[in-house]
Amino acid sequence: MNTLKVLVVDDEPGIRMGINRVLRNFTVDFPFLEEEFGFETIDAETGEQALEILDKQAVDIVLLDNKLPGIFGIEVLEYIREKEFDLQVMMITSYASLDLAVKATNNGAYNFVPKPFTPQELKAAMESITKHLYLKRMTYKMKEEGKQLRFQFLSVLSHELKSPINAIEGYLRIMQDKQVGENIDDYQNMISRSLDRIKGMRTLIMDLLDLTRIESGKKKRNITRIDLCETARIALHSVEPLAIQKSLKLHFENGQPLYVRADPTEMEIILNNLLSNAVKYNRNEGEVFLRIKSNDNQVKVVVEDTGIGMNKDELDKLFDEFVRIRNVKTKDISGSGLGLSIVKKLVDLNHGSIEVDSQPDKGSVFTVTLPKS
Amino acid sequence: MKKILLVDDDQDQLDQLKFHVERFGFSTITAGSQKEGEDVISQTRPDLAIIDLMMENQDSGFILSYKIKNKYPDVPVIIVTAVTPETGMRFSLETGGDRHWIKADKYIEKGIRPDQLHREINKLLKL
Repeated sequence: MNTLKVLVVDDEPGIRMGINRVLRNFTVDFPFLEEEFGFETIDAETGEQALEILDKQAVDIVLLDNKLPGIFGIEVLEYIREKEFDLQVMMITSYASLDLAVKATNNGAYNFVPKPFTPQELKAAMESITKHLYLKRMTYKMKEEGKQLRFQFLSVLSHELKSPINAIEGYLRIMQDKQVGENIDDYQNMISRSLDRIKGMRTLIMDLLDLTRIESGKKKRNITRIDLCETARIALHSVEPLAIQKSLKLHFENGQPLYVRADPTEMEIILNNLLSNAVKYNRNEGEVFLRIKSNDNQVKVVVEDTGIGMNKDELDKLFDEFVRIRNVKTKDISGSGLGLSIVKKLVDLNHGSIEVDSQPDKGSVFTVTLPKS
Repeated sequence: MKKILLVDDDQDQLDQLKFHVERFGFSTITAGSQKEGEDVISQTRPDLAIIDLMMENQDSGFILSYKIKNKYPDVPVIIVTAVTPETGMRFSLETGGDRHWIKADKYIEKGIRPDQLHREINKLLKL
């Protein structure tokens, strides 16, 4: 059970005792909550005493009389608003005038209970104020979460960076304690796994740098006349080692030089990412086709593979940051989860578009369209 | 020999866990995802399960743990993860609150030392 702290501010002992008696065994529950709310009361005879208590401890609800011996309830209310305490106030008063009501409501009082009140009236009022308090806190919490998209990005990032560190650390500890014996050869597998994880981290960091540079607009662009076919050949060259390991065939219809005005590094990053995905997510002995076509207005770069492909759900989130399609087929393939979001950002920067067509277990086709001028 | 189910989508973590748990003298069954874990429990009753929290989904570990408890209420489940330093979310199975919706017996942060893990397993298996 959740217990809410209720501060009862009233100079009449009879009223305080009455409230205590009613709330002692009273609970509030809502159909959408698993747990119910109970109440614990704290008494204050004067406004001054109430301020002291509020400064010292967290209170959820204040039941506040206005006519008090020293400072008035309305002043306590003002203090609460100034300090922005996370609580709800209900005024209990027999001197409820329109003037006071307006003033109190403006200062954030939730409701009024006229004095004298019946236990039922108090219970009904407590029920509504508890619900209000709960909903307000939930809304606040959800808003906070909405603001935290950036935080979410960072936490996924730290997960991606920490997993390899944990893995490498684990292997090193096994080696440190010589748990497989004295012979270094028996640790070869752990050493090469560690090196792989380090390589993965390096890729992630490089991708991340690319991404932040693009996002902050600080990446200095160098627009010149380049031969896109030449850039394509360089990119193909860089994925060749992995292609050989998987016995893949790379096809590139090597046409005429195709001149466009673009930043060579950007074009290389786009082509590298698309080609390395086509290789990584391919089956052994599969094929990769690269085609570059152009007309008067635009250039189309098409990368087609015969790999594992994706279903509709996977396609929908493909260009999001850190979305690595995780399933049994991809679990041994390493990637930063940033490659395609980088490609997308660069294509956007060049006023182009990217489309993907894919079928599970058949393969994927990525088509980048860039305007020529 | 007691049989322990290990589930983690990070192959290296899984291998290391297997390495240590087998050294403690248990036999192991491994699964690389929530889905694979579900397949295993549909056929076998492990004596204990150690599950990573974030796999295909952020809450894979909770779901798998729930399914294990549904089928085998007395099989102890340990959830292992690094969620607190990453997200600031805390779960405490020691006291009421979270216990009521997280169906696991023990919740431990990654980076656990093998001897600690050994102690936790023995405690849960009452060895």
